[in-house]
Amino acid sequence: MTNITPVQAPNSAGTPAGSKPARVKKIVILGATSGIVLEVQRQLAPRGCELLLVARSPQRLAALQADLLIRGASRVLTYSADLSSIAQHNGILECACREFRDFDTVLLAYGSMHNQKDSETSVEVLLEELQVDFLSAAAILTLFAAELERRRMGCIAAITSVAGDRGRRFNYVYGSAKGGLSLFLQGLRSRLHPAGVRVITVKPGPVQTPMTDGLPNAALFADPQHVAHDIVGSLERRSPDVLYTPRIWRYIMAAVKLVPETIFKRLPL
Amino acid sequence: MNSSSQSSSRAPERQPQSSTTWLKGSHAPQTAERVLSWGRYPKTEHRQVYKPAWNDQVPEILKAAAPASLLPFGLGRSYGDSCLNAGRDLIDCHRLNRMLGFDESAGVVRCEGGVSLSDILRVFLPKGWFLPVTPGTSFVTVGGAIANDVHGKNHHCAGTFGAHVHQIALYRSDNGLVFCSSRENAEMLRATIGGLGLTGVIAWADIQLKRVDGPWIDSESIPFHGLKTFLDLSHESNDRFEYTVAWLDCFAGRSVRGIFFRGNHAANYRKNFHPKGGPKLPFELPSWILNRFSVRAFNAAYYAIHVAKKRGAIVPYDPFFYPLDSIRQWNLLYGRQGFLQYQCVIPESNLDAFEELLDRIARSGMGSFFVVLKQFGSAPPAGMLSFPRPGLTITLDFAMRGERTLGLLRSLDEVVQKSGGALYPAKDARMSPALFETSFPNWRDFLPYKDPKMSSSFWRRVTGLP
Repeated sequence: MTNITPVQAPNSAGTPAGSKPARVKKIVILGATSGIVLEVQRQLAPRGCELLLVARSPQRLAALQADLLIRGASRVLTYSADLSSIAQHNGILECACREFRDFDTVLLAYGSMHNQKDSETSVEVLLEELQVDFLSAAAILTLFAAELERRRMGCIAAITSVAGDRGRRFNYVYGSAKGGLSLFLQGLRSRLHPAGVRVITVKPGPVQTPMTDGLPNAALFADPQHVAHDIVGSLERRSPDVLYTPRIWRYIMAAVKLVPETIFKRLPL
Repeated sequence: MNSSSQSSSRAPERQPQSSTTWLKGSHAPQTAERVLSWGRYPKTEHRQVYKPAWNDQVPEILKAAAPASLLPFGLGRSYGDSCLNAGRDLIDCHRLNRMLGFDESAGVVRCEGGVSLSDILRVFLPKGWFLPVTPGTSFVTVGGAIANDVHGKNHHCAGTFGAHVHQIALYRSDNGLVFCSSRENAEMLRATIGGLGLTGVIAWADIQLKRVDGPWIDSESIPFHGLKTFLDLSHESNDRFEYTVAWLDCFAGRSVRGIFFRGNHAANYRKNFHPKGGPKLPFELPSWILNRFSVRAFNAAYYAIHVAKKRGAIVPYDPFFYPLDSIRQWNLLYGRQGFLQYQCVIPESNLDAFEELLDRIARSGMGSFFVVLKQFGSAPPAGMLSFPRPGLTITLDFAMRGERTLGLLRSLDEVVQKSGGALYPAKDARMSPALFETSFPNWRDFLPYKDPKMSSSFWRRVTGLP
């Protein structure tokens, strides 16, 4: 495979003082250049993790690779592929199994959010959003789930959204794709439980990332560092199965789900 | 609220920016965005704030822009309007924060313009490397440190930050990506150092780091009375101490008193080091909290504490270099109207002017919360518009109280202008074009290097050019 670039870490004097001993070891990151996961990777690197980064742009992957190696990652591989294209998924799994053997964690982090108004008028935009946020995600997780189930170990984590907990008029398309993915993960969790494979659903509230730039009140959104800290923590611990981050969203969404539909449909949310 | 992890507790706090728009639906165009500098004065609206996440997005932004409409923005630690572009656009570079390479044998790191100095310390201090020069806060970007050619407590032996930049890559609107070093485009490099972001967007820079033994500083604090004593102390210390600076009690008037701090990196001191996070000011305090009595009391207490303290101690690097970084958003202390910082340099031969300056401040009754005094060294300037030059530099904070504050600062300007001194653009929100001319008599040499699509509030104010 031509687009794999194994690079060893420079011979630095061990891991930096103060960083925790590595418990998360070998992680495949699907969508390595997306907003929240940039910060996750940055917090994983000083723990001495090994990473396989999958994203579209080779240029950006190269910058990320250099950065994470300097920050302490013990090995960083990159693989450039378009994750929304299901035809390319087999290549990704093959690469991971060949070059990144014994990976123990898969983190799915990519997604897209179009202007909701566009997907109300254009079926093309609607389908693209569903393709990226749900179909392709379910497809690639199915491949990796089979591999981990066979090995009877490991962890699958995927970033969905609190928007998937209830359909709202202003972003139900994004919400239904992410909600679908949450349901998919729920079932997958149950299926993989006997095999000892853990499945984590990460549901962030609104976070300050390039995806949410330009949304109203973006200044009030959560800090990506805070969200990443929660995600890294959930990868290292045994619980919870469903991570709301920042934590307050667990309670907000619990309340939102309690509102009866006949009232909810009238709310300008 | 913030988590306890090392990375998040020491992360640079971004200036709170309140969007004034409450638009329904997603991705509605932002009409105006309020971005403030550290002094929270002036209050400016910007037309648009671009937030590229990758270097490859910068050329598109430059290409689409109108002439004199853009300015790169880092962590907003400039105090006045040199990092603002009122009514026009900003390129917020904080997401361009990747380290692209490290040459371990030479100690040179290549990083994107939005990498913060605190980030460099977090990664490289455990490996035994330190910043060659650091200002009084680590929450500035590499791009900002170059654009303001910042200085620190080691100016007398290390010069400014720009002197340790080997090479930069600069996105220009007229010329694409331009590589600048002492070998190629050397003048463009000199223009960019201290060039206030007006020469283009820094894609990456090669910074020379410095070998150190660890995070500890062998420091001394010495109480002193009188400017003469300060100068004697400074002269005597500059050969033996890498870092020197003094704090001044500005309420003592002509009978100056203060504390002289000096230090070196401690060698062979192997104690475990645990970086600590600090509290955060959650909102703007009412502006009456800082009045002449509370400020006077603070100054007296600060002096008394340091007189009572042991003279020498081995301390962690962060309270030594960044005492205020431990209180996040300390600038909210000054209340809604914000504050003005005033930093000037006055030739050493002109001590009378310096005393006159202190006298005018004391007589005004508008005490400064924190006054810092430092003797600059004689290193040649690294940039065309570098501020540091031989002499004494003093830094003062004044709460913004309208015309009263501005009037005092104008009267200080007179003293600086007469003495042949200069004012620091990174701290300024109101200097006159005439004082800029005195401070930077050769600023017109800079014009050929300015990017035609860049401009700033400061630039328009002091030059009258677009």
